[in-house]
Amino acid sequence: MWLFDRDLWIEIFHTLGKNMFRTFLTMLGVIFAMVILVLLLGSANGMSNGFNKIFAGTASNSLFVWGQSTSEPYKGFERGRRIRYKVEDAEILKKQIPEIEVLAPRIELGSHRSVVSVYRNGQTSGSSVYGDYPEIDDITKKKLVEGRFLNQTDIEHSKKVCVIGEETYKLLFDKGENAIGQDIRINGVYFSVVGIYKPNNNINIDGENAVFIPFTTFQKAFNSGDRMGWMAIAVEAKTPVPLVEKQIKDILKTKYDIHPDDDRAIGSFDMSEIFNNINGFTMVLQGFSFFVGIFTLLAGVIAISNILLITVKERTKEIGVRRALGATPKVVKRQIVVEAIVLTAFAGLVGFAISVGILAIMDSMWGSGDDFPFVNPMISIPQFIISFVLMVGLSVLIGLLPANRAVKIRPIEALREE
Amino acid sequence: MIEIKDLHKSYKMGSNSLHVLKGINFKVEDGELVAIMGSSGSGKSTLLNILGMLDGADSGEYTLDEVPIKNLSETKAAQYRNKFLGFVFQSFNLINYKSALENVALPLYYQKVPRKERQEKAMQYLDKVGLKPWAHHLPSELSGGQKQRVAIARAMAAEPKVLLADEPTGALDSKTSYEVMDLIQQINDEGNTILVVTHEEDIAHMCKRIVHLKDGVIVEDKKIEQVRAGQYV
Repeated sequence: MWLFDRDLWIEIFHTLGKNMFRTFLTMLGVIFAMVILVLLLGSANGMSNGFNKIFAGTASNSLFVWGQSTSEPYKGFERGRRIRYKVEDAEILKKQIPEIEVLAPRIELGSHRSVVSVYRNGQTSGSSVYGDYPEIDDITKKKLVEGRFLNQTDIEHSKKVCVIGEETYKLLFDKGENAIGQDIRINGVYFSVVGIYKPNNNINIDGENAVFIPFTTFQKAFNSGDRMGWMAIAVEAKTPVPLVEKQIKDILKTKYDIHPDDDRAIGSFDMSEIFNNINGFTMVLQGFSFFVGIFTLLAGVIAISNILLITVKERTKEIGVRRALGATPKVVKRQIVVEAIVLTAFAGLVGFAISVGILAIMDSMWGSGDDFPFVNPMISIPQFIISFVLMVGLSVLIGLLPANRAVKIRPIEALREE
Repeated sequence: MIEIKDLHKSYKMGSNSLHVLKGINFKVEDGELVAIMGSSGSGKSTLLNILGMLDGADSGEYTLDEVPIKNLSETKAAQYRNKFLGFVFQSFNLINYKSALENVALPLYYQKVPRKERQEKAMQYLDKVGLKPWAHHLPSELSGGQKQRVAIARAMAAEPKVLLADEPTGALDSKTSYEVMDLIQQINDEGNTILVVTHEEDIAHMCKRIVHLKDGVIVEDKKIEQVRAGQYV
């Protein structure tokens, strides 16, 4: 295999090493191109990872449904009627729409987004208070710093337990105080703290100052009867969320006598839409990075081709001698093309090393993603392989230009005495 | 060894055609040392280029070691050159970034001789031209005579059938010229066929036969008494 021919490589390094400075300048174009390509791709990946981190723990194929006020009169009802769901709705929806994987009903103390005073040993916190099912944890994951989340036993026995946010903990407890097992008071009812969750950079629908108690306990303690405020729903991975969203709304509209064209009565939020938007955004970003990178690379490789053309011109006599000594056109051609490949590949690797270094520095400075969505900026191995193959492919194509020029040199012309 | 019949060659110069070789008939036997003489424009370099397969003839026959040389592709020509011919040029044409040894080994590289064997053989030929101690020097570190001896070693390394020398002493002073001719005579003594193009009378008389070219035809072809170059060295 000629590729492993030691002499070919000696020949190539001889000719490339002959004019080190120029060789280096030639490679600069490709080095920069590779740096730009890798930095762009790495940054795009970093952003993508950053967004993923924000959404970590949130089921992407999910939606939230709550009640609002009607905007159309219907069946004798006036507009502006408040829609209040019943607990039974959860079962009805689950039964009628098999695509629903998880449905977690929720009820909120007070009106929507309002705060309730929570007391403990004379300290007070204005928090949101939710009655929840443990299933909610499958849709929006809580990052617990201490203790546990609500569980099925809590629901079955209507235990007076609660999980509180770190913000709530800070307001109600002294620094370093152990909260687990301690009681807090909400509307005159005592609840024992079983867990504390931490606000992470995730999407946080519930806020950081909140108290979660079992749904069944909520019903009994605050006498909410069969009311239900809110539903978090996870949909099967393959089913588009908007489809299920429409089914849910249709069922609820019929049940609560809402005008079929009334879009305001039922509030909903489709999580997958955001995911799709962000995925689309990062895809466009990556595509753009490739686009810019490849054209920069092309410019770099063309510079190499140019220099090789000049080199061929300079080496006319040498190539003529080689031809006279028995170098076939194929051998001459191969040498020039391999020179192009070696120059490009080496420059590409140098550029790659530089840019990976820069990405590593960027990662250590901002990579934690605390300030903006930017986590672990690095290019993936397939991306590296694709860009490298593209680069080498380009260099072969472009190397053929000077190679053909070299082959066209007739030995007799090259050897003509001046 | 070489047989040429009615060889014609002309070059197009714009709208004019320049008839350089006008029917050359010429035969070289094994082991001959032939000088091709003529003033500039006589067609001697063109003849050598055709003999060296660096250029093609318009018409006529050329047979080298019973192989007809006709309509060669570039690849085939390169292979034949490598196998049959050794070249020595007026301006040496050594590759300036390669050491003397590497220069000599180059034709063997194109013959795909393994590296080690190639180096040994190249060293052997360098020794033969008396330049073994200079093996690892670059051409720029050698004198003109030494360069030409390296070039001769390179031409001989591939063990060609015919050695073609185009004004081998043209760039050398007379003392060095005689040294080079001494070497060429020694190589010829070993039975190698050599063609030397020259316009210097004294160099031509160190060969065994002189072919005179004038205006594209052979005007004189005679065997001569060889003057040994060794006596001047």
